[in-house]
Amino acid sequence: MKTKLMIAAALAATALTSNAALAGKADDTLNWSTTRDVDVALPYFNNVRETVILTRHTWDNLLYRDTKTFEYKPLLATSYKWVDNKTLEFKIRDGVKFHNGQPFTADDVVATYNLVSKPDSGVLTKRNVSWIDHAEKTGPNTVRVYLKNTFPAALEYVSGPMAIFPKDIWATAKKDAKGKPDYGTVAPIGTGPYKMTKVVPGERIELEKNADYWKGSPKGQPSIGKIVFRTVSDPEAQIAELLSGSLDWIWDVPKDKADQLKLIGIANVVSAPTMRVNYLAMDVAGRSGKGKDNPWLNDKVRKAVAHAIDREAIVKNLVGGAAKVVHSACYPSQFGCTSDVPKYNYDPAMAKKLLAEAGYPNGFSTDIYAYRQRPVTEAIMGYLGKVGIKTNLKYMQYKALRGFAWDGTAAFHNMTWGSYSVNDVSAIASHFFNGGRDDYCRDQSVIDALKKGDTNTDPEVRKAAYKQALTTVAKKLCWLPMFSYSKYYSFTHDLDFTPTADEIPRFFTAKWK
Amino acid sequence: MLRYTLKRFGVALLVALTVSVVAFTLLRLSGDPAAALAGEGATEEDIEYVRKHYGFDQPLLTQYSAWLVKALKGDFGVSVYLKTPVSEIIFERAPTTLILGLCALSFALILSIPLGVLAAMYPNTIIDRTALTIAVVGQALPSFFFALVLIIVFGVWLRMLPISGSGSWLNFIMPSVALGYYATPAIMRLTRAGMMDVLSSDYIRTARAKGLRPRVVLFKHALRNAIIPVVSLSAVQLGFMLGGSIVIETIFSLNGLGNLAWQSIQRSDFEVMQAIVLTVASFYIVLTFLADMLNAFLDPRIRVH
Repeated sequence: MKTKLMIAAALAATALTSNAALAGKADDTLNWSTTRDVDVALPYFNNVRETVILTRHTWDNLLYRDTKTFEYKPLLATSYKWVDNKTLEFKIRDGVKFHNGQPFTADDVVATYNLVSKPDSGVLTKRNVSWIDHAEKTGPNTVRVYLKNTFPAALEYVSGPMAIFPKDIWATAKKDAKGKPDYGTVAPIGTGPYKMTKVVPGERIELEKNADYWKGSPKGQPSIGKIVFRTVSDPEAQIAELLSGSLDWIWDVPKDKADQLKLIGIANVVSAPTMRVNYLAMDVAGRSGKGKDNPWLNDKVRKAVAHAIDREAIVKNLVGGAAKVVHSACYPSQFGCTSDVPKYNYDPAMAKKLLAEAGYPNGFSTDIYAYRQRPVTEAIMGYLGKVGIKTNLKYMQYKALRGFAWDGTAAFHNMTWGSYSVNDVSAIASHFFNGGRDDYCRDQSVIDALKKGDTNTDPEVRKAAYKQALTTVAKKLCWLPMFSYSKYYSFTHDLDFTPTADEIPRFFTAKWK
Repeated sequence: MLRYTLKRFGVALLVALTVSVVAFTLLRLSGDPAAALAGEGATEEDIEYVRKHYGFDQPLLTQYSAWLVKALKGDFGVSVYLKTPVSEIIFERAPTTLILGLCALSFALILSIPLGVLAAMYPNTIIDRTALTIAVVGQALPSFFFALVLIIVFGVWLRMLPISGSGSWLNFIMPSVALGYYATPAIMRLTRAGMMDVLSSDYIRTARAKGLRPRVVLFKHALRNAIIPVVSLSAVQLGFMLGGSIVIETIFSLNGLGNLAWQSIQRSDFEVMQAIVLTVASFYIVLTFLADMLNAFLDPRIRVH
């Protein structure tokens, strides 16, 4: 009897002291989680998606990209203009304060831009800053940013990763083992709608509402009092925490789990588009070999592949949600993207006919390289098998496959690209068809057209140049674009939240119902 | 005994060296480390800078020698991702893994020794079969699956225990059970076999004949002798648990060496990966060495052969 009571008491004590407490609306705290850990919570010095999200909450940029219209709105800058092809001028807003009370000025913009663009600054994603030559204060409230080259997509970066820090903060950086300043150690001070109040590397990051956030910001005024990010490494454990109430928001829920969560009804399940595109690349340039035994050199073979695969069926049955078939080597909302390119419908009879005309009446064998969502690649293999193209799957980690793609070995590969959420064709087509290591097309007309689009600030000239490049890529089938991905989000019914295609959840626009 | 000890020590050192060579080589053969470190979208110049900066342009043997010399001094380099000396990171995370390992072993012993004793006391009965079944289920059940079942029952349905994190002692209960259950069959069967052997021996018959209470015969005389080989097995099992904690730590988001290994693999943080492999291998080698020494001490025949 005594033992039984002790056990019951122990269980009760455990239940009372358990920290599986309900989160959310009750204590005005939004608990969200991803599977990745964040050890450095500063922009520039960490490039994981979670840091990108936290950056948007804690820091402001000079401009803000509207999530619906993709136009650039004033944020810390009240206006901007192109002085010439390589110079941007910004008028700086008055009356904004950093989280430590310090007023925001033009000097802070100059200090930030000049520091992060230095080659030895330690910035991880160099493409975010490598376009900057230097910044200069040209008036009490005016800053000019000088570009190294004509780069019209610069505004994507100004409104994206270029968070503004207080000018004096860089001097507080700790020194690393070699005595060099490690700028990734400075305090997380910004002007954003949330203050970063606690960072436990690899475990949790806490944000609190900035009650003094400046009025009139296109980000709006924050509603939720506290936001806590936690790393929960296992996706199943995340779902369990959502079900138990200790998490309010998760994403990247696999389709089958999302369908189950919808059935249970314990949380909202929403699918939103993402800018990530799945594609099949084919070795048009003959990088894997220029002999007769390279089937990819034959355009009828490439067309056969395009007609052999039912992309709509793959999207509907394997990817689901807001995923859509894409026909062009870009994401539809990206500046310069067009769907007015040659399209290929699902027609396996046509595929077989084309293969026969190409000299492969019985098909041929080939390797296919892939690294992600194996069922999608296997579905592709199944479709190709039906028309006679026998594929041998080489499935590996992204980093390993990238090496094979770069050295020309992966003549036929199924990969994806997210464009770093940059809403400009230069972030995708110019990356893959610029004659570089990722280019399996190596078409000079495409290279020239992309260069024209990348280096001209006239939007109409850019659009025309990109259309030319994308049309050629589609015609030659250097890529068969497959589909754009969707992402499943699941969150408590108490939360009013809308996801966006750039995969950056904006909790500063969310509120409790 | 000294000769045996030196021989085992030499073998242990050789194993440690081999592990370091294999780990070092395999990591560098898994792809271009410079490209992996430079990150997606890095230019050719960025990659070459990383290659020269981290010495990846040197021959593999040169790289390994340089690393070995520093490692022998306790310097495992600096984490590219965390910008912190690797030894500091290992020291910070190791206690969580050690606590998990010890708790898991404790659970395994608490479960398996009584089961083994019961099975030995009532051999070939329903009690014996039930005890064996409980133990064997532990080995048959994948630990990740069992962990998820525990999460569903205790985390979601009953809401008694926290599902993730390492903030309190409660966070270690489910992971310890999930990790420890796997070791139960081996310990249980060894206990059972040892007890059956001891219970049929002459000195136990004498003890019973002298009128000693069954509990005294069982615990004071029989179990104390039967449990000795279990001690050395436990040392080996602890080594397995330390090395196998990666799955459990990831599921429960415990910030130990296992979780760190998983994160380092994802980030291509070679220095950390190497150090973890060597650290965990060293733990295992030391525990196995101690187990060998204990066995040799207890059974002189082992030393001779």
